[in-house]
Order: sequence, then structure tokens, then C-alpha cells
Amino acid sequence: MAEQATASDLLQTPLNDLHVELGARMVSFAGFSMPVQYPTGIMTEHLHTREHAGLFDVSHMGQAWLIGPDHETTARALEALCPSNMVELKPGRQRYTVLLNEDGGIVDDLMVTRPLAAERDGQLFIVVNASRKDVDYALLRDKLPDNVRLELVEDRALIALQGPEAVAVVASHAPAAAELGFMDADFMELDGIDCHISRSGYTGEDGVEMSVPAGAAEAIAKALLADERVKPIGLGARDSLRMEAGLCLYGHDLDETTSPVEGSITFAMQKRRREEGGFPGAAHIQKELAEGPSRVRVGFKLDGKAPAREGAEIRLPDGTVIGTVTSGGFAPTMGAPIAMGYVDAAHSELGTKVNLVVRNRELPAQVAAMPFVQQRYYRKPKN
Amino acid sequence: MTTYYSKDHEWISVDGDVATVGITNYAQEQLGDVVFVELPEVGKTVSQGDEAAVVESVKAASEVYAPLDGEVVETNGTLEDEPAKVNEDPEGAAWFVKMKLSNTNQLSELLDADGYKAFIAEL
Repeated sequence: MAEQATASDLLQTPLNDLHVELGARMVSFAGFSMPVQYPTGIMTEHLHTREHAGLFDVSHMGQAWLIGPDHETTARALEALCPSNMVELKPGRQRYTVLLNEDGGIVDDLMVTRPLAAERDGQLFIVVNASRKDVDYALLRDKLPDNVRLELVEDRALIALQGPEAVAVVASHAPAAAELGFMDADFMELDGIDCHISRSGYTGEDGVEMSVPAGAAEAIAKALLADERVKPIGLGARDSLRMEAGLCLYGHDLDETTSPVEGSITFAMQKRRREEGGFPGAAHIQKELAEGPSRVRVGFKLDGKAPAREGAEIRLPDGTVIGTVTSGGFAPTMGAPIAMGYVDAAHSELGTKVNLVVRNRELPAQVAAMPFVQQRYYRKPKN
Repeated sequence: MTTYYSKDHEWISVDGDVATVGITNYAQEQLGDVVFVELPEVGKTVSQGDEAAVVESVKAASEVYAPLDGEVVETNGTLEDEPAKVNEDPEGAAWFVKMKLSNTNQLSELLDADGYKAFIAEL
């Protein structure tokens, strides 16, 4: 029943001492000792983030630069590995994308930022999943052309502050953060410390992710936590928040066997790339775009209160198996269980009645629109 | 009435040959916020170690094992509507099942309060 205590061979983030001081329950996650929850518990942490601001240590994620001679060269090098438009990504803008294998399967999902500063022309900042760092870096080193190199950032922590009050809190330490629109990013000073801040996140709320010097991470986290609007949030609530927002977790909802079309993340494929191809598995993915995929990721709302979790079989009322749940659990904002999973495309229509099989029992559910909870990303007012 | 404890973090309060079973405060702390409890049917016969109930927290599902052989004679239906009671009063109002014991000799395998306290101190 209990989580095992931290093994000594686990990596620690620069905020490890702070987590322990705050009374976090630490668990092993992707080779790191990470806080799964603090004493108030996942439910309280989740709801606090939706109402105020939650501070997340995401320093386990991989930060790196792709560095080439000019933007066009670096962007084209990355476009050879992903289906998104990187060439037309504007300075100071961030974009979600995926690395693809030769079959069009997803190697990882990641965020890519083109720096605003002209002196960083030719550079792209990437943030990848902790569990996929080694695979991603090996792929990039293997595939990038000689004039574009991968430079790992290993002296920086990554801290997310998420929730409707998050940006107001950050702006009291880094006023320039308030000027960012959704998916904007820039270097700026936070209490005099040089940080890279993007207005994005993994909760469906407004908020920021801050790449900060490792040595200053604890001081920054403490300064933010000193604001009564901010509470520390663990991986447990991070998972329930992203699920409500309909966002994928790599290794669960996406993997090397799922394509971006099957994964319902075609928003990451801009028009030029869809038409031109030129990414791994392009023929397969373009065929799926034209004819529809054979299976697709959808959301589910359950009729009852019992949650269905990863691995639960998805059946039609007549007993036909049509897929498997890839993420599922209790949605604190909704006070009800939700799930997502892959089903045969023929049965993916909203409202389709299914049963999710838990402990040999069929739990009635129906295909539901995602996000389950309205995303509240910041949109800059138009002048 | 005597209260015993299992190494699976259940408390067992025995009155004659009827045992009231719930999960300990330590167990609810480990589970975190309980969002669903699945109880067995009244009349179900269980053997020691069988799955008797399931507790779902936000994060995960955990089985509650029958600490003794017997027959389920009553279940605490209020937990189906108010699962959070398991966090609020685990060793009182949030009992899970009452069982009619078929082998009271098994009680000797359980821990007393001091024994359980020592057991969790080691975890």
C-alpha cells in the first residue's frame, strides 16, 4: 500500500531539500526522487492550483539547446525529425511538437522555443520528458546535421507556477512576465536573477515555466512560496490536472506505436508540414490525415463514481473490445472519474456508450470531449 | 471487545465471533484522499488474504484483504456516498465490513495496538 522510500541511487533536483523541508512524500520517478504530494494531499493541491497558484518542481525534465548558424538551418534540422512548422516559429514564441520515428510513431513530445534576442539567432530551446532524455538526445545527436549541435543545459532547474493567480505572483518578482502572451517566452530577471520564463504549462491554467540557475532555484521557490497565493504541488496533482486538461502523458497516452493523428494532437502539425511532409513516417501520417486513423485517442466520462485507470479494457455494450484506457482517475475539479484511451475510430464519436472494465466489472461511460475542464490560457487583448 | 491489527494495515475489532474491520490511520495517510470505496456483497464468504474491498484514492486503487476467514454480515454503505470519511475517521465511523468469523484461532496471528505501533515504526 505504501510507496517505497527513496533509494539512494536516485537523482535529486536542486529543490530536493526544500521538498523534504515542506514534508513532501518522495517517490521514484524517471530516475529522480520527486515529491508526489505534500501534507495537504493531492485533492487540496489540485483545487488550489485551479483557484490560486501552484508551484511545481519539474527540474527532472530535460532542457537543451539546438545551436546552428541561423534560424532557418536549425529549424529545418528539427523539422526533419518532427511534423511541426519550426521555420515560421517567430522569435519569442514557443510551440508543442513531437519527435517521430520512421513509422511515424512518437518518440517524445516536447516544447520548443525560439529565443527573442537577435544574438541567439540559430538557437532553439527544447524541454523534453525526463523519461525520454537519453532516447531523445541520442536521436538528435545521430540525426542533426554537422552544423547544428545539441547542448544540454544541466545547471538549471525548471519550476512551473500554474493557476489563475500565477502570473500576478511571478510578475511581483519579474514584472516582464506580465507582458508575455500564451506561449511567449523570454529571458528576464526575477529578483535580479537571470531566468528564462515561458507563459505555458501542463495544467490547462494560465501560468509560467521558469528555467532558473540551479543554485538560485531554492531561493526563487521560497520567494514564490512566501506569497500566500502559492502552495507547493506534487506529481499526483500534476497528473490529475493535466488529465482534466486533456493533455497527454508520454509513455501512457503517447508512445512509439502511436502517431500524432491517432493521439489526437494534429494541432501540432501546421498546414505546410501536413502538405509537404518531409518528416519521419510522413507517408503513413499523411495517409491517416486523408483517410482517418484506424484508432484514435478519446476522452471518457464515467457514469458512476468508481475510477477506471490505465490498462482498463474498453468495450461496447455488446461486449466487443474496442480499445484500452491509457490514463484515468478521479477528477477533483469535476468530483467524478474521467479517463482517456484509444478506441477503434469507428466508435470514437462523442456520446458513444462504452463500458470500462475494472476488476472484471463493467463501468458504464461515454466518449466525452476533451479538455474535460475548460482551459484558461491567457490571451493577450487585441489592440 | 478487543482490537487487533494486521500487517496489511487493517484494524479488527472483535465482539464474540463478529469482527468489525476497517483500515488504520496509517493506511489512510499513505493512501491520501479516498474518492471511492468498493464493498463486498453481504453474505460473501471470504478467506484470510482474499480481496474484501477496494479503496481508490486520487492516485491509485488499493485492495483491502480479509484479515480472517468468515462471512460478510454487514457493510458500511455510507462509504459509497462519502468515501472521504475514510480519511476523516478511519478507525471509527469509516469501518468497512462486519464479518462473522469462522475461525477465531486466526486472531492469534494478528498484532495488538503496541505490536502494530512497533510494526509501522519500522516502515
